[in-house]
Amino acid sequence: MALSFEVLGRFNRARAAQLTLPHFVCQTPLFMPVGTQGTIKGLTTNQLEEIGCQIILGNTYHLALRPTSELIDELGGLHKFMNWPRALLTDSGGFQMVSLLHLADITEKGVTFQSPVDGKPMLLTPEESIQIQNRIGADIIMALDDVVKTTITGPRIEEAMYRTLRWIDRCIAAHKRPHEQNLFGIVQGGLDPVLRDICVRGLVDRNLPGYVYFPSMNSVQVQGQNVIGLNSIQPFRIYAIGGLAGGEDKDSFWRVVAQCTAALPEDKPRYVMGVGYPLDIVVCSALGADMYDCVYPTRTARFGTALVPEGVLKLKHKAMADDTRPIDPTCACMVCKNYTRAYIHCLVTKDAMGSQLLSYHNLYYMMQFSRNLHSSIIEGRFPDEQTYLIAEAVALVFGLNVKMVWWGWFPKGDVPEWVCNAMEVAGIDISSCCAPFPSSQD
Amino acid sequence: MKFVVKAWSNGKARTGLLQLTNCPNSIETPSLLLSTRKGLPLFISPDLLPSLPSPDSHLLQFSPLHFLEGPSPKTISSIGGLHQMLGLHEYGYAAVPRDSIQCLPECNSTNKMGASFETPCGRSLVDYLFLLIKPVEYIEMISSMRPNLWTTLADEVPAWVSDKRNKTSVDRTVKWLDECIAKSPAGGAVFGSIVGGSNIEERQRCAQEVAMRNVSGYWIGGVGLGESMDERPSLLNTVTDKLPEERPRLISGLGLPEEILQGVAAGVDLFDSVYIYQLTLGGFALIFPLNIMEKNLYDFQSTDQGSDGTKINLKATLYRKDTTPIVEGCSCYTCKNHTKAYINHLLNVHEMLAQILLEIHNTHHHLGFFRSIREAIKEGKFEQFQKKFIRSRRDHLAASVASV
Ligand SMILES: [Zn+2]
Ligand SMILES: [Zn+2]
Repeated sequence: MALSFEVLGRFNRARAAQLTLPHFVCQTPLFMPVGTQGTIKGLTTNQLEEIGCQIILGNTYHLALRPTSELIDELGGLHKFMNWPRALLTDSGGFQMVSLLHLADITEKGVTFQSPVDGKPMLLTPEESIQIQNRIGADIIMALDDVVKTTITGPRIEEAMYRTLRWIDRCIAAHKRPHEQNLFGIVQGGLDPVLRDICVRGLVDRNLPGYVYFPSMNSVQVQGQNVIGLNSIQPFRIYAIGGLAGGEDKDSFWRVVAQCTAALPEDKPRYVMGVGYPLDIVVCSALGADMYDCVYPTRTARFGTALVPEGVLKLKHKAMADDTRPIDPTCACMVCKNYTRAYIHCLVTKDAMGSQLLSYHNLYYMMQFSRNLHSSIIEGRFPDEQTYLIAEAVALVFGLNVKMVWWGWFPKGDVPEWVCNAMEVAGIDISSCCAPFPSSQD
Repeated sequence: MKFVVKAWSNGKARTGLLQLTNCPNSIETPSLLLSTRKGLPLFISPDLLPSLPSPDSHLLQFSPLHFLEGPSPKTISSIGGLHQMLGLHEYGYAAVPRDSIQCLPECNSTNKMGASFETPCGRSLVDYLFLLIKPVEYIEMISSMRPNLWTTLADEVPAWVSDKRNKTSVDRTVKWLDECIAKSPAGGAVFGSIVGGSNIEERQRCAQEVAMRNVSGYWIGGVGLGESMDERPSLLNTVTDKLPEERPRLISGLGLPEEILQGVAAGVDLFDSVYIYQLTLGGFALIFPLNIMEKNLYDFQSTDQGSDGTKINLKATLYRKDTTPIVEGCSCYTCKNHTKAYINHLLNVHEMLAQILLEIHNTHHHLGFFRSIREAIKEGKFEQFQKKFIRSRRDHLAASVASV
């Protein structure tokens, strides 16, 4: 196996670990930016190293179309092709096919879809997905899973779960580079704890190097509207698009994560796919998850939004036009050290440089956020000792500090109920944060 | 600002040293001013700028009109001027209203009150807006931005306007020059604008008028607006003949290497770089050899399909599997880190990194071209340099026509 995973520190269920991959020794919890086509939009690889990116995610479907996996292989693999010395992860390509192409259909053989090149029907089998990912050569590759459309409910969820397990065996058998690449399996089973349990046990029996959760939901709220029929296995793409999920749906989300983290082995990394909101990362990490990915930080940057400790800052807003403060006065990144909100305001959504600078800041923010989570979990490793008051321990677990995270995000003390519930299950008392921030403590 | 001429070659071509108060090292001329949009290069972010040759890359050109939508002069002033706003304290900024990309002179809307520019408005590339800038407004912008040097407002006209319109343009430009000088803020060096279209007499008259004013340097405007390459040397020489030798001359609107050589031959010291922007957006990379004097003409002639001898188009399928850098031995960030195959892929999938990498290489290469021009002048061989460059280009074009 081309991976080692060493837990360096714990705080109840949360853990900080060192994940050693063929190309990089990573510290978890970690966030992986999405570099769909072999590049993170608008940033050079040396900037990504400077920012502290550890793993970049590439999309198999896009790379297989252009420049093709054969070409990447011929030129020495994706690391060499894009000149990225650190770790890479590729997805299976299945999700993109079902979500981007209209005529995708799933049979026991694989995913049938219409070629975007010539319109001919094509078939992506688990074997082919692995073969393509073997050619691309990422440190972590993903098993092809049965992607369920939520319009079909009931037995289809169960069928998809069992098929995903059958496909994982085909993926394992097809995997030609197990010493250089780690195959991750995906936990399926919708919202049914019994199905989830069967799937988790099925994957554990196969002793994979790492696990991925796809907490599933039957309906998801997008900006207050109930949307039925969105793809259930990757609900977090919906968050990334910008809607806020309703409390109930978030509740399903954390419960699935909590169930999976409790059931999976302690010595393997756990990756929650498509999660990228800082709050979601905090909750998942408290529940024992380690890895995250999302297009959110870079996509939102292109629309002029910066991530800041208080939440988000919309640089397009008129109020920014004459604001001479940096985006985030507490941020040490190149952008915050040099530029005012007023200057960024005149660039965003008009000039390429606007999205370059905001992407830089947003990824720096996510990396700093992950580093803080990591070090705070380690520093909070002995919460019982008298040296730490409960509140301080909580602060440490969540990086930054209480003021910056909880009171920053929820200055009125209105921490959502699902967060409180999840944190309670994680064994972390945040009741002291669920009250308005006392002004005297600033 | 201080400027001294150091060496001459073949008549008018000259090298000099330009010293700006905030730049630690003086910059050798002939030199390239990097084009910017709102003070930063189009795609090269400020942390990547130091990877370009220093101090050669420390001259930046911007248009104050880029900031008409904000930040307001008051805000820029409270931030502490352009250098502070852009975090580039050791760079020299030159303000020129026209940027040759998005702010183009619009002579039909220009009137006696002020100069008009055509500029895209909003997010659409087809909607254009005409902006009329009066000298007093322009000076207000300059005062808040505090560039190292700035050119006075000019009424630039294309080559085909009537003699009458051309005469008006010179009259207005000289009048605005006096207004700008009268209101000029302390600090930044004033460059007097010279126009006159493709009319030798008007060019001469304008140059004479401007030469009489108290300015630190000269800006040759109204170039690259429809005049032919053949008539340009005499137009440029007419102007530079009238200008005192000890002050720097800046020009806008020349792009191709051959055009730069025409400018240098006429005694121009500073050039803008819209050419790099055009190359970069088209997916082109400069590849011509920089050691032109030592090179055999034969080496010049790359037989690549995508090449015209000076540049290659990286979109060409030819480069799909090419794992070599754009220019072997080039020390730029792009060539040290990436292959032609990767840039070809980035262009195919419309990823912005392609433009970032191309702008870095093209800027680096163009700065190298200016360095070889300076070396040729110092050796007293500028004329040979220019001839050899142009002949090799012609031979290459002839060879590629013959091979078709
Ligand atoms: Zn920042
Ligand atoms: Zn280069």
